[in-house]
Amino acid sequence: MILQAFAFYLFAFVAVASGVMVIAARNPVHSVLFLILAFFNAAGLFVLMGAEFLAMLLVVVYVGAVAVLFLFVVMMLDIDFIRLREGFMRYLPVGAMIGLVLLAELAVVIGGHFLAPEFGGPAGAMPGPAVGDITNTEAIGRLIYTDYVYIFQAAGLVLLVAMVGAIVLTARRREGVKRQRAADQSARRPEDSVEIVKIPTGSGV
Amino acid sequence: MTAIGLGHYLTVAAILFTLGLFGIFLNRKNVIVILMSIELMLLAVNINLVAFSAHMDDLTGQIFAMFVLTVAAAEAAIGLAILVVYHRNRGSIEVEDINMMKG
Repeated sequence: MILQAFAFYLFAFVAVASGVMVIAARNPVHSVLFLILAFFNAAGLFVLMGAEFLAMLLVVVYVGAVAVLFLFVVMMLDIDFIRLREGFMRYLPVGAMIGLVLLAELAVVIGGHFLAPEFGGPAGAMPGPAVGDITNTEAIGRLIYTDYVYIFQAAGLVLLVAMVGAIVLTARRREGVKRQRAADQSARRPEDSVEIVKIPTGSGV
Repeated sequence: MTAIGLGHYLTVAAILFTLGLFGIFLNRKNVIVILMSIELMLLAVNINLVAFSAHMDDLTGQIFAMFVLTVAAAEAAIGLAILVVYHRNRGSIEVEDINMMKG
């Protein structure tokens, strides 16, 4: 139990600290790397909560795909990041104010939970699918292929649309690039392209 | 989950969510960092969903966290694609210039 508490505080502290660095880092590449660290630690928190499948999903999807996507874009675009930092201090007060208001509101909500833990219902109150003795992954699999199959399909559709959209947005036809045209190649006939020239002997072309 | 209860996880999620919102205001000019802040906020939402799922012994929260993850990945891909196209056309990614996109 003490080990669990230690792991929780470690993961939580590193996650929050890297969250601070994401928004405060001067270099966006560092921001992305701290985002990866935050996601890793959130995955650790998920493991502590017993959601192993989601933890692995977070590592694979976020660290493996989304963060690398961010990294690619940050490094690919030639951006003057110093100029983008202008106005950092100008927006600080209003941002801090809104952040503090939100934090206070969330503190009220969570403080209510700490003061009266029974209010939100005791642990295990919901008559949901039992977590039981099957593994987390198997339990999730049993749910998404039965009760949530339509939402699961819709999620697939969302990903498909996102993929098509991203390709359509970024693919461009460049001028002056030689590329293979299969239709032109197939439509080509010998009489269009081969010319037979009769050359008299000894006269040259 | 007796020593470390639901409230602890909710606190972490609340702090992360606030950091994400704060980051949007702090980096008003840099769209990439704004997108990353949105990812941070979605992560906080996911932590909330999973914390309640573990607390209530109900897997539905984890299923929905998975769908939030899906939508977040799609959003990041589309957002970055728009960003790349925008940078190709304008040569900068300043948020103040983006209102040119309307009409």
